Amino acid sequence: MLFWTQPSLVFELESGSGQSYPLITIAMATRHKILLLDDDPDLLDMYREILAQLPSRPEVFTASTGTRAMAMLESEPFRLLISDLKMPKMDGLQVLSIVRRKYPQLRTVVLTSVVDETFRSRVYALGVDLFWQKPTCEQEITMFLECLESLLGREAENGFRGVQSKSLVDIIQLECISQSSSALRITNGPLSGKIWILDGELIDAEAGELRGERAFHKILSWRAGNFETLPAEPSRPRTIFKSYNGLLLETAQALDEARSPELTGEPGAAPASPSPLAQLSQVEGVEFVLAMKPGDQEHHEARGLENPQRMAAWSKQTLDRFRSLGERLHAGPLDQIEALGPQRHVALCSRRPAGGGIAENGSGQGDTDFCVGWKNSMNLEQIRENMKKVLSLWAS
Amino acid sequence: MGLLTLFSKPAPTLLRLPSGSFTVDREGKVLIGTLPSSFPVGLVKDIAEQVLGCFREAEAAQLPLSLLTINYPTLKITAREMRGGAIVFLSSQAPYSPASQN
Repeated sequence: MLFWTQPSLVFELESGSGQSYPLITIAMATRHKILLLDDDPDLLDMYREILAQLPSRPEVFTASTGTRAMAMLESEPFRLLISDLKMPKMDGLQVLSIVRRKYPQLRTVVLTSVVDETFRSRVYALGVDLFWQKPTCEQEITMFLECLESLLGREAENGFRGVQSKSLVDIIQLECISQSSSALRITNGPLSGKIWILDGELIDAEAGELRGERAFHKILSWRAGNFETLPAEPSRPRTIFKSYNGLLLETAQALDEARSPELTGEPGAAPASPSPLAQLSQVEGVEFVLAMKPGDQEHHEARGLENPQRMAAWSKQTLDRFRSLGERLHAGPLDQIEALGPQRHVALCSRRPAGGGIAENGSGQGDTDFCVGWKNSMNLEQIRENMKKVLSLWAS
Repeated sequence: MGLLTLFSKPAPTLLRLPSGSFTVDREGKVLIGTLPSSFPVGLVKDIAEQVLGCFREAEAAQLPLSLLTINYPTLKITAREMRGGAIVFLSSQAPYSPASQN
């Protein structure tokens, strides 16, 4: 049942199952565009009708081939792409790997009949927002529509994936107010941390080598990331004894104070900090650090290298080489390369600051490529472990 | 029924990332491998070419390498240099499976 009023559109939508969506108000300008990609024209028609039931009344476009979908994405901005996986010529994985690189802000959903954990993992590794098996009953359709509506409304700015438009402070408050017992695992790029809550009280936190309140403050300084709720660990030793409200207040004050000098620009307010590369080279086993801007052959910074030009050229070439290979294999974005040699070992990777987009070459805008040289006495495991420290230092 | 099958379109398939290994000589010729036959030969050659190219360029940059590990979220490639050629191991991985969470 649909009720329309003008000038803003207020309506109540009742689905076939008799379930009513809440009354909402939308403006014409905010109607999102959805692109549906499937090689089966019957399914396209069916899903177009189903998607028309969404409360936000999106405009639904369809494409029956990957090439057509790419052309449509090129011609106008879409909010959401819903793609099948198995398609002739250009399959869903191929389309998604290009789309994720070219349109990082575009929300992506895979709707497939492929029930395979490997492909589900690969799809999520490509950065797709949702993997959904094609619904077979009305209840599944309703759930699917709810997920889509939530995706359409989700802002691309700060916030933690898992609960839309909520800051980490909101999430912790929700857990504490509801007297929950849980463990929250929070990841922000290479950084990861954990907060333990027992019967609505914060009992412990861990971030890298930090524990307790310091770890809690550190985690809350991250502005975006992912979180997941894990089962409670009642046997976890307690290291935090302050109330959650007190701790959140302290964190907010500390963050405000940290931001104020750069906002006000007061002379002398911010103490001169040592070069970031100097700090990175202090990590155990590091021989040299090289930081480069992707796509910029000339601009790089190095510490501990006599001839950084040659190493920079090789590093860029190698990262580009394996980024391209990863795209051809649909294996997801290149994570890290480790190379062991008789003289020295090196590790290469690329890191993007939170909120950075992705450029044409597959690297992010504002990305930094790293080549870190390690003493040849170190083994692969040690290099991986210490590389995490280097990247955490850089991110912080 | 058989007639219908004859005229039906072949169902599209998705490329499955393999686990296995292969050896490649200094010219980039794949000598022997344990990769599934469903994995395209072109991609095997592509991997071999990139790995050998990387070893060569590292040598030219005065950074001789013996082992190379390339990590993607769903695939790990490990290549060991062997007198100009290489033995390459591919290992597909599921980053979001419960086992990989530990």
